[in-house]
Formats: sequence, structure tokens, C-alpha cells
Amino acid sequence: MQLSRVSCRFGAVEVLQEISVSIARGEFVAVVGPSGCGKTTLLNLLSGYEQPTSGLVERRGQVRMVYQVDGLFPWMTVAENISLGVRDLPCAQERGTQVRDMIRLIELEGFEGHYPHQLSGGMRQRVELARALAGSSDILLMDEPFSSLDYLTRLRMRQELAHLLDKRPRTVVLVTHDIEEAAQLADRVIVLTGRPAQIRRELSIQTARPRALTHPEVVSATRVILTELGIEDGAGDGEGAR
Amino acid sequence: MADKPNSIRSVVYPVAVLGVVAAVWTLVWATGVFHESSFPSPFSVLRAFALEIRTGRLANDLIISLFRVTCGFSIAVLMGIPMGVWLGQKVTPRLALLPIVNFFRNLSSLAWIPFAILWFGVGDASTIFLIFLAAFFPVVLATLAAVASIPAVYSRVAHDYGLSGLEKLIRVTLPAIMPQIITTLRVTAGLSWLVVVAAEMVAGRDGLGFAVMDARNGLRIDLLLVEMITIGLIGVAIDSVLARLTKIPSVRWGYER
Repeated sequence: MQLSRVSCRFGAVEVLQEISVSIARGEFVAVVGPSGCGKTTLLNLLSGYEQPTSGLVERRGQVRMVYQVDGLFPWMTVAENISLGVRDLPCAQERGTQVRDMIRLIELEGFEGHYPHQLSGGMRQRVELARALAGSSDILLMDEPFSSLDYLTRLRMRQELAHLLDKRPRTVVLVTHDIEEAAQLADRVIVLTGRPAQIRRELSIQTARPRALTHPEVVSATRVILTELGIEDGAGDGEGAR
Repeated sequence: MADKPNSIRSVVYPVAVLGVVAAVWTLVWATGVFHESSFPSPFSVLRAFALEIRTGRLANDLIISLFRVTCGFSIAVLMGIPMGVWLGQKVTPRLALLPIVNFFRNLSSLAWIPFAILWFGVGDASTIFLIFLAAFFPVVLATLAAVASIPAVYSRVAHDYGLSGLEKLIRVTLPAIMPQIITTLRVTAGLSWLVVVAAEMVAGRDGLGFAVMDARNGLRIDLLLVEMITIGLIGVAIDSVLARLTKIPSVRWGYER
């Protein structure tokens, strides 16, 4: 995926300004920035849901998105929701196998016939991830997917996501306001400025996933991001993260 | 602690209330304050009930009224839901037609009785027409509102997973509005039942509404109460049948969140 000098404006409001990013196949990129700076707009441009005012968005591969609000269809069971992700497979038997595999992967065996309202928030989010990762999509776009979960469930979901991506690798763009989440999961973190958003800084994080919260590179990256966002001063800036 | 209903209590409590009502009714009647012709005893009403059942008049009127409600209500639902879905999805027709739909929704269908008699005569057709008018516009408006309030995320997910056109309608739009549709069906079925009685009083030669008028004209208050009790019981029965739709697993989410 590539954004070349992309700007986006809604009426008089300029949301994104001259954003250029290139995302390699299989890379996990997290986007952080102040609230309302245009992170979701950036994701909508990548998904093709919105068009840039100027600049070019290039994307190769099938895109799936995980939304901030509950995107599971409440009238479908867990299995039916996940089967949406494999609906383009021609063979019914293969679709069934894939759905069962995904349910096993997210450890929800026995819940196939449950409806989303019968599951906890964390379970629902796992089903949503399974639906997005089922089948043969290439790109996973995530818009603050864990923001409605409690802190402990969020920590667990990060491990789950790392585990799922290990089994089903995808190119991922994660928009989040959770700095720790970005540092714990992403290969690269893009820090945006306030509106109109521009890229303030990019950090690479080399340590393989899953990463502990206390891993020096995660701690260091978190501090760098906080400094860039003006939350902390720059003491110890950049140690372990580039 | 929350007061949870259970199946035994949901039967015992209403029966107990019914018993109290019957006891009070009997006591008031026994005091002799009211004349029998204006305040019949529960026993004379029960006798009238038995007579109406034995002669088959009650069943006959009941079947006629139920037939009319079924026809008028079904036509209203079969036409109203598609129209509501269409108006809910398309901005231009909605802007054009919503004021007209709202206008007719606020116009009591009973106001159409003179036209119904002029156009269709006295009998089934005019009554069915009036029931249709009573149910159609509320169904359209409720469906429209339900479609318009479908969370945008469902449309995006449908798009992400390649659901469009008829498949999106069947797998996303209709299931998403089903809980609200069921609630609307319950309300409009009650409305239809109210209208059939009123319409038959004026534009009918038979049916429960006509039987009410007939009993009144014959000063048979006991028969009048028989018809009224039957109308009430059938109304409750219709609602309890439709209420069962809320137990369908794929619509439970609409009542539990």
C-alpha cells in the first residue's frame, strides 16, 4: 500500500495534509496521533471508502476492516459471522473447514451457535478478528478495535492478535489512541500531528511479537511517542527505537 | 433483587386478578344498585356466552372479523414493509413521499368509512380497505425509521464482505430491522383489530363489530358484554401469537441489548 502526497479536506476543514507512506507486504503499521487528527480518515482512504482531495492512494490486495464499534452482525451466530469471511471460496466443504479452523484458532469451540449478544466484549472482538482473517484477504485495517474493552481484556487481545497474525500473516494498519498497544504490536509506528495531520515521526520496532509491555524497546518506543505527542518531556528519547 | 417472571406466576396472577374482577362484579350486581338491563350479572353473561357458542353465531362473527383483519393486515404488511425499506434507503422518494405518508398516518381510517361504503359497498371489501388504511401507513413509517437507523457499520461490513443488492437486503437490511418490524406488527395488529370492530359497526352486515351494534340495538347488554369480552380476548390472543416472534433466536438481540 502506498499513499503519495495525500491530502483530504471535508468542506473548509483540512484533515490530512501531504501524507506520504509506503507499507510493505506483511508489515504491521500503527498510526497514533491526537484525538480527531484524522487517523480514521487515513484508514478510510486506505480502504477506498473515501477518496483523497489530492494525491494518490495505491493498494494491492483484498482489504478487510475491523471497526471501532461492534461490526458483528447480531442476527448471525459466531459461525455464520465468520463464514462471511470465506464466502468467496467456491467449495462449501472448504468453507466449513476454514470456519472451524478459525473458531479453533480463537478458542471459541462450543460457541459456534452463540449470537454476539451472548458473548463477552473480548469474545466478540476475537470473532470479529477471525472473520477478518478468514479466507484469503491481504490487508487488515483496524480502527481502534480494542478501545471499548477493559484494560486487562485489551492486554489479552493484543496477545491474541499477535498469535493470529503469526498463524495468518497479513499487512496490517492499526489506528489506535493506545500508545502501549502501538508499541507492543507494530513493526512501525507513525505519529501524526494535530489537524491537518502530517507525519510527525516514524519509529521502527525490531523486536519480534509477542512483546512484553516491559520489554525495553516497547518501553522506549512508548516514551518516544508520548514525547512526540507532547505528553512527556524528551528525557531518554529514542533509546532502543529508531 | 430483580423480580423475575416465571411461567407459573404469569398464569396464576392474571387468573387471580380475573377472579377479583368477577367477585367485585358479582358483589356490585348483588347490591342491586344497577338494574339488570344496564348491569347484567356474570351468570347471565355466561349463559349468553353459552347460547352464542351453541347457536354458532359467535364463531361465525369471529371468523368473519378475523378473515377481514387477516386480509387487510396482510396486504398492509406485504405492501408497507417493501415501501418502508425503499423509502428508508432512497433519499429523494423519502423527501417526496414522507409528508404524504405522515398525512395519511394521522388521518383516522374511520374517516374513510363514507368513501369505503361508496366505493366498495357494505361488507368484506370496505372493511378490509379500512383495516388496510389503518395498518399500512404506520407499517411504512416504522419500517422507514428502522431502515434509516441501521448502524452505518453494518453497511460497511456488508460492503467489505461483498454483500450487495438483493443479497444485502436479505442478509443484512431485513434482519437488522426485524426486531423493530415485529414490534410494529404487534402494534398495528392491535390497531387493525380495533378498526375492524369500529368499521363493522358502521359498514358491516356481520362480524363482531356488527354483533356489538346488533346487541345494543336489541338492548341485549349481556350479549354486548359477550362480544366485548370476545373482542378483548382475541386481541390478547393475536398479540401473544405475534409476541412469539420475539423468541426467534436471530431476533433476540433486538430485545436483549
